[in-house]
Amino acid sequence: MRIKPEEVDYIAALSRLVLSDQEKNMYARHLSEILEHAERLSELDTDDVEPTAHVLPLKNVFRDDQVKPSLERDILLSNAPEVENGCFKVPRIVE
Amino acid sequence: MELYRLTAHEAYEKLKKREVSARELAQSVIKHIEDVEQSIGAYIHLDFDAALKQADDVDRHIDEGHEVPLLGGLPIAIKDNMCTEGIATTCASRMLADFVPPYDATVVRRLKERQAVVLGKLNMDEFAMGSSTETSAFKKTKNPWDTDRVPGGSSGGSAAAVAADEAFFTLGSDTGGSIRQPASLCGVVGMKPTYGAVSRYGLVAFASSLDQIGPLTKDVKDCAMVLNAIVGHDPYDATSVSRSYPDYTSALIDDVKGIKIGVPKEFFGQGINEEVKSAVTKAIELFKEMGADYEETSLPYTDHALSAYYLIASAEASSNLGRYDGVKYGYRAAQYDDMIDMYKKTRSEGFGSEVKRRIMLGTYALSSGYYDAYYLKALKVRTLITRDFQRAFEKYDVLVVPTSPTTAFKIGERLDNPMEMYLSDVCTVPVNIAGLPAISIPCGLDGRGLPIGLQIIGKAFDEETILRVAYAFESNTPYHNQKPSER
Amino acid sequence: MEVQTLIGLEVHAELATESKMFCSCSTEFGAEPNTHCCPICTGMPGVLPMPNKKAIEYAVKAGLALNCDISEFSKMDRKNYYYPDLPKAYQISQYDLPLCTGGYVDIETEDGPKRIRIRRVHMEEDAGKLLHEGWGNNSLVDYNRAGVPLIEIVTEPDMNSPAEAGAFLDKLKAILQYIEVSDCKMEEGSLRCDVNINARADDKSMATAITEMKNLNSFKAAVKAMEYEEKRHREALLEGDPTVHETRRWDDARSVTVAMRSKEEAHDYRYFPEPDLVPIALDKSYIKSIRENLPELPDQRYQRFISQYGLPQYDAGILTSSKYLADYFEQCMTIYDNAKTVSNWLMGDVLRALNENGKDPSDIPFPPAYLVDLIKYVDDGTISISIAKKVFDEMFANGTDPGAIIKEQGLVQISDEGELLGVIRQVIQENAPSVADYKAGKKKALGYLVGQAMKLTKGKANPQLLNKLLERELN
Repeated sequence: MRIKPEEVDYIAALSRLVLSDQEKNMYARHLSEILEHAERLSELDTDDVEPTAHVLPLKNVFRDDQVKPSLERDILLSNAPEVENGCFKVPRIVE
Repeated sequence: MELYRLTAHEAYEKLKKREVSARELAQSVIKHIEDVEQSIGAYIHLDFDAALKQADDVDRHIDEGHEVPLLGGLPIAIKDNMCTEGIATTCASRMLADFVPPYDATVVRRLKERQAVVLGKLNMDEFAMGSSTETSAFKKTKNPWDTDRVPGGSSGGSAAAVAADEAFFTLGSDTGGSIRQPASLCGVVGMKPTYGAVSRYGLVAFASSLDQIGPLTKDVKDCAMVLNAIVGHDPYDATSVSRSYPDYTSALIDDVKGIKIGVPKEFFGQGINEEVKSAVTKAIELFKEMGADYEETSLPYTDHALSAYYLIASAEASSNLGRYDGVKYGYRAAQYDDMIDMYKKTRSEGFGSEVKRRIMLGTYALSSGYYDAYYLKALKVRTLITRDFQRAFEKYDVLVVPTSPTTAFKIGERLDNPMEMYLSDVCTVPVNIAGLPAISIPCGLDGRGLPIGLQIIGKAFDEETILRVAYAFESNTPYHNQKPSER
Repeated sequence: MEVQTLIGLEVHAELATESKMFCSCSTEFGAEPNTHCCPICTGMPGVLPMPNKKAIEYAVKAGLALNCDISEFSKMDRKNYYYPDLPKAYQISQYDLPLCTGGYVDIETEDGPKRIRIRRVHMEEDAGKLLHEGWGNNSLVDYNRAGVPLIEIVTEPDMNSPAEAGAFLDKLKAILQYIEVSDCKMEEGSLRCDVNINARADDKSMATAITEMKNLNSFKAAVKAMEYEEKRHREALLEGDPTVHETRRWDDARSVTVAMRSKEEAHDYRYFPEPDLVPIALDKSYIKSIRENLPELPDQRYQRFISQYGLPQYDAGILTSSKYLADYFEQCMTIYDNAKTVSNWLMGDVLRALNENGKDPSDIPFPPAYLVDLIKYVDDGTISISIAKKVFDEMFANGTDPGAIIKEQGLVQISDEGELLGVIRQVIQENAPSVADYKAGKKKALGYLVGQAMKLTKGKANPQLLNKLLERELN
C-alpha cells in the first residue's frame, strides 16, 4: 500500500478529522488505490509543460472600491451554533 | 395529456395563450409529486404552499395584462447545493442540515426574476461528491426507469425529478459529469455549459476551477430556453466571462449538413459497455445520413484525465470544505475538549465517508513533499488534455462520444469500491478539465430498457453548435419521447 | 568570538481602502462586532471573492515607494490553515508570484546610512479578531476585520541590531503614510510586525536557529522584544547551544518572550493557486502612471527641507519622519518665515507634549496658524518666552487660540518703564543684602534680584528691559 495507516493519521490531523482504526485502514486502502492509479501520470513527460490552474483566458477582474451595506448582524449570526454578545462563540483558545 | 407531462416550452406556450393558469400547472405537478415522490425520492425539500403562492403571483401578473417572461410560471426545482434565501441549502450533508442562506445564488435570482415557480430543493451526492446520489446524508434517490438502480450523480435528484415529471426542468451542477452522467442514466437532456458562462456565485463550491451550473430538461429546446435564462456575466463571480451571449433557441435548426464530427477513439475503449458503444455508433451513423461528416480521431491524453481530475478536484475540495468547522454555521459536535477537538469532532461527525475520503486525498496531494508529484503534475496534465481538445477543434465542430460507460447500475453496487465508482465519470471529466461545454441526450435503451446517453462536446462558448446537433438528432429520433413506465 | 545579530521583519500594513479586499463591507475601525460583515467576508457556503481595484493600486504604490520591481504577472494563492478568526479556513494571499519584489529602504544608523533590502511585498486579506478576556471557557469571534486588505512587507535579514530594526520600522511607517496607502495606526492594529531573529558568529562558523516572534503590536514592544531575544541568542551562541527554531510571543507586561505552543502544527499551509480568482497582469503604462503620481517621499522631503528652509540635517530628519509633522511645519511656513523658530517649537514643546500624552503628530490639537500666532506674540514682545511656554501648555490641553489665552489671563508683557521702575525700586528696598552683594562685585546677585522682580510681576516683565533698568538703578 502506498499510504500507511500512520500516514492517514497525519493527513487526517491536517484535515482536522479524527478516524476510528477501521476508518484508518479503509482510507489507507482506498487512498492507496487511487494514488496507484494516479501514479500513471508520472509516466508522462511534462518537463516543458506549463501547469493550467485556470482554463479561462481572463485576467484583471476587479471591482471598484465602494462600500455597500453589510448584512444585518442578527441574520449573520442566525446560522451560528453558539452566539454571545454579538459574536460567534467558540471554545477558549489557549496560547 | 396530463399537464405535468408537458415539456417546459409546451407548458409555457399554454400559459402564454392562457389555456392554463400557473396554478393549474403547479397543481398538476404537485399532485404528480404526491403520487410518485415516495418511490423516487428526488427531493430533499418541498414546499407546495410556497409554490402555489408563487404560481398565484404569476397568474395575477398575467391578469394584470403583463406578459409572462420566458420560463415564468413553470414549476421547477434546484439542486440543493445552490443557495436559496430563507430556504435550507444542505448539500445533502449533515454538516449543513440546518443552514439557511441569507442570500440567493445568482442563478436562483435569475430564475426568480423570470418568475419561475420554485417547488423545492433536490437530492444529490453529499457536497456533489459521487456518481450515484448514494452519498446523500438524507436519502437515496431511485432511478425512475428502475427503482432498484441509481439515478447517477451527483445531480441524481435533478435528473430523476425531470425523468419522473416531478418538475418541468431542474438545475444541476457539473464538476466531473454530475449533470451529464445522471441525465444519461435517467434518459433526459443535461448540459454543462462552458466554464465561465454561468455564474457560480451561490453554488456551494466543490472544485472551483471545474464546477459549472447547467440545466436538466425534457428536451433540447427546453435546454436552450433554460440556458438563455442562466448564462451571462456576473459581477459577483470573477471567473464569469463578460461577452455577448446568443439566444440559444435560434440555434435549434434541424440541419447538420456540413457539420464536422470528430469521434475520439479513446472514448470507445476498455470499460465502455458494448450496448452503449453500439447505440452511440448508431447515432453517429445517423448524423452521417443526415449530411454531417464524421471521422475517427484521437485525444491521446484522455486516459490520464480521470487521475488528473481526481487530484485537482479533491485538492480544491479539501480547501473549499475547510470552512465547515462548527464556528459560523452548520453542524457542531455536542461534546469536545477544546477548539481543535471541536473542529475534529464536528468535521468527522458532520461529513460522510466519501467527502472525508476526498478531503484527505486533496490534502495529501497539496501537502509539502507531494505537491509536485500529484497536484502540480495534474495541472500539467490538464494542459496536455486541453491541448488535445484544441487540436481536435481545429478540425471538428463537435466531438461525439458516450456520456457514461454504462447504463444505470444497481443501488449499493459500487459504494464500497471508490475506484469503480470514479470510473463512471471517465467520459465526462475530460470536458471539465478543459472547461468545455457538452450535452448529454438520450440515444436509445439497452437490453434492460435502461436509457443510454449520447454526449456532444463543443468548442468553448459554442453551445449553439452543440444544441443544433442535439436538436437535429432529437428531431429525427424517438428517444426523448420514451418515458419510464409508471410504477 | 565576535557575534552578529541578524534581524528580518515581516510587516503587515492594512490598506486604507474604503471597502474590504473581496467584498463591499466597510473597513472602518471600531464598529460594533460583526456589523461590517456579509456572506463573502464570513466565508458562507457559495460565496466568491471579487478583488478591490484600489487595493491593488495601493499595493503597487507601496511597492514603488519601497523601490521594488512590480510584477507584470502576478496571481493570488490560498494559504490553508484552521483558526476560528479565519472564516474560510484559508487566507487569500500570494505565494510564488508576489506583486512586488526586490526593493530597499535606506535608514540612518550610528555608523551612518544603511540600506535594508526588501525581499517582497505581497497582498493578502486580514483575519478577524478573537476576544479572549471575560468569556470564561470561551473566546468570541468578531469578523469586522476579516477581509480588510493588507500588504505584507518582507525584508532580508539585513538589520544587525534592534535599534536598526526600530529605525527601519519608523522609516517604513513614514513612507506608507506619505503615500497615503495606510494610516499605520499600531494601536488600531493597522500596522503589525513579526520578527525573525538569530545570532551568528562573525566568521559564519556557527549560528543559532531563527526565532519567529509574533504579537508585536507596537514599535516599542517590537524593539524591546528584539533586545530580549538578541541577548538570549547571543548567550546561547556563546554557550555553544544554538536555540531550537521556535515561535515565540512577546509578553509586554512581563517584558519577556514566551514560546508559543506549536502543538501538532507542522506548518503545512498547502498553498495553491486561488481558483476563484484570475491572474493580475499589470501593463507598463499603468505602473508608470502610478510611479509618476507618487507624492514626495521622506528622503526627498528631507533634502528639500534642508535646501528650501535652510534647516539643519537633524531638524529636517525629525520633521520629515512624520508626514503630519512635516505637513504642519510647511503650513506654518506659508504664514511665517523663520523656519528654525518653527522647527524648535515643533521638535521641542510639540513633540514633548505629544509623547507625554502618547499621541501622534496627526493629533496636534490646534491649527498651524495658532502656533505661528504664539511665535509672533513672542517676536513682537507681547509675551515673554517663558510665558509663551505656559500659553502653549494651555493651547495643547484645550486647543485654544493663544491670543484669547493671553487676553483672558492678562499675560501681556510689562514693557512700561515707569511700571517696571516701581517694581525694581520695591525689590531693591526689600533685598538690601543682595543689593550689597552685587555692589561688592558678586554679579550673580543680579539674577536673584531679576527673579524677585519677575515674581512680583507674575513673570510678565519684559526680561530685557527689566535687566537693563535694574542694572541702571543699581549703579
